[in-house]
Amino acid sequence: MTAARRPGEVDGRLVENIVHFTRALRKAGVKVGTAQVENAVRAVEAAGFTHRVDFYHTLRATLINRASDLEIYHQIFAMFWRDPDFLEHMIHMLSPALRGQPEDTRPKAAERRASDALGDRPERPPPKKDRQEIEIEAHLNWSDTERLRAMDFEQMSAAELAEATRAIRSLRLPVPPIRTRRQAPAPHGRHPDIHATLRRSLRRGGEIDRLSTTRPRQRPPDLVALCDISGSMSVYSRMLMHFLHALGQSQDGAWGRIHSFTFGTRLSNVTRALHHKDPDLALEAVGREAQDWRGGTRIGEALERFNKDWSRRVLGRGAVVLLISDGLERGDPDLLNQQAERLALSCRHLIWLNPLLRFDGFAPQAGGIRALLPHVDSFAACHSLDTLADLSSALTGAGHKTRLLAGLDS
Amino acid sequence: MGEIPSSIDDTIALLNGQNYVCGRDLGTVAFLALRLGKPLFLEGEAGVGKTEIAKALAAALGRRLIRLQCYEGLDAASAIYEWNFSAQMIAIRTAEATGGADRAALQSELFSEDFLIRRPLLEAMEPHAEGPPVLLIDEIDRTDEPFEAFLLEALSDFQVTIPELGPIRAPEPPIVVLTSNRTREVHDALKRRCLYHWVDYPSFTREMEILRARVPEATDALSAEIVAFVQSLRGADLFKTPGVAESIDWARCLIALDTVALSPEVISDTLGGLLKYQDDITRIAGAEATRLLDEAKARLATAG
Repeated sequence: MTAARRPGEVDGRLVENIVHFTRALRKAGVKVGTAQVENAVRAVEAAGFTHRVDFYHTLRATLINRASDLEIYHQIFAMFWRDPDFLEHMIHMLSPALRGQPEDTRPKAAERRASDALGDRPERPPPKKDRQEIEIEAHLNWSDTERLRAMDFEQMSAAELAEATRAIRSLRLPVPPIRTRRQAPAPHGRHPDIHATLRRSLRRGGEIDRLSTTRPRQRPPDLVALCDISGSMSVYSRMLMHFLHALGQSQDGAWGRIHSFTFGTRLSNVTRALHHKDPDLALEAVGREAQDWRGGTRIGEALERFNKDWSRRVLGRGAVVLLISDGLERGDPDLLNQQAERLALSCRHLIWLNPLLRFDGFAPQAGGIRALLPHVDSFAACHSLDTLADLSSALTGAGHKTRLLAGLDS
Repeated sequence: MGEIPSSIDDTIALLNGQNYVCGRDLGTVAFLALRLGKPLFLEGEAGVGKTEIAKALAAALGRRLIRLQCYEGLDAASAIYEWNFSAQMIAIRTAEATGGADRAALQSELFSEDFLIRRPLLEAMEPHAEGPPVLLIDEIDRTDEPFEAFLLEALSDFQVTIPELGPIRAPEPPIVVLTSNRTREVHDALKRRCLYHWVDYPSFTREMEILRARVPEATDALSAEIVAFVQSLRGADLFKTPGVAESIDWARCLIALDTVALSPEVISDTLGGLLKYQDDITRIAGAEATRLLDEAKARLATAG
């Protein structure tokens, strides 16, 4: 590699090595397509070999297209081009540890789902009279969960929780779509479509009989969920993770992209973990990504990290933010105040879901709650199936915010 | 002039000639983009010189720069072509008045090149006397997925399709530079067709070179202080860290104020040139600025 060669001479050995190198990259989780490998070979051919560093940048430019993969590339490059066998060796040594886990759990998760699907399915009661009404007001259509609807998640037994999870998975969260600046043809639109009008007129020898029109296209907004996973929230955050997973997997197109974050003592992005089809696998992956389950909460710091590292990347397209937290802040309320304000300014709609609203006499006493409440657009409960089904009203109205804010002033 | 550089060093020298200082990494990618005729996809924070490289390339190669600024709802009519409707209407009325409203003739006349308004993408596909132009597709992350999908056709085959005229293919592919501030992830399918490069903040030495090239009227001592201060700001936890564009602007501000050396007062007065968020300014102005400045000066003293 150190000997200078004329460009145009790429021997078979090098191509082979590049292919091996790509395989190593893929094993490390970098997505590399076959076309990119071909590009890489051509690029190496064009750049020639003079310096190792040029070779490094050439391969990087052709094989990597995500900033997050750059570090992996750097490590693998350093290892691979020193000794190709070494990496192979390393991967072999690591692979039981890396691959063992999902293979162990997959049968289990699949097993459970299989037994759910085939085995003791709960009996469906005869349709009740008020079924029609439920469908209209709540978008819920579960079977024998009537009793569970108003029940607090925290007071449920394991079997009841499983039942509630199933119900949550059938919940939908309808949201008003965003009007975009792109136009679509529509018979009764408000903008004249001159292009279409003219083409239509040509079919009639230049006679314009009526104007074709367009109206703005609509698209669903993005959803960003920030979920508190501290000790006091554990049951609720688990249920809401199921809810988010179901929203992400549903094909009804009610939401655009869904980004999920968890925070306790630190902020983790669990969007990718929730992409697993199987809910059990997905939640397990979330557990691996977020290592601070059941710890304390520093909401202010978590929001600060979100604002600085992620807000520009995920809130750019008019996202709705769900902040799921009990607001019991261990950190500095002033920081929380500032960061909540920044968050509220950069998103379209900020909704705070608080399971503490389950207590009838709930009043915003804690410092964190008093700091957060004025900045959110809407404040709603999330401790039972009923309250979750009622979330769509929080998307349009202010929820309990006005009532509690009035209490705060007096 | 006008010739594609033959090596990485040539590319770097060529860009240097346009006062664009770039590292070996960016030089390599730029060279490959020119050599292989592939689009160059540059991603990075705002103000690190992504757009500038397209301008520098166009100027250095003596090619035309065609810029397509992306925004939400960007559609074919503003990106590729549009028919000149008012002219078409007049043509129809004239044909009617002279009694020559023959359908087939009218169709071929109305949808001919005479009535076509060319937009950036179409312009870039057409032959140019001085060689293929540099097409800058700026801030692609601001537009939406449908437009990206549409760019796939344009960038992989270098052709655009006009229903009335058929596909128009570039005789020689233009030099394409795409930039993104990463306010959302651009789809992998588009990125895969490009050479990807993440443009990072420059190191101390490189930023010094950039200031020397861009603001030659600043003394070396002042530039060194500016760069050292900006570099320590980048280490501070800010909502928006200043880019190279901000350093250059700030240096120009300081020169306009006849500053010879940085002092906490000057920094507080001109911080608006460097930081663009109120939270950041209140955090840095005052004691923090003094501390960062002392730190920067100490580092300069040990280095020099």
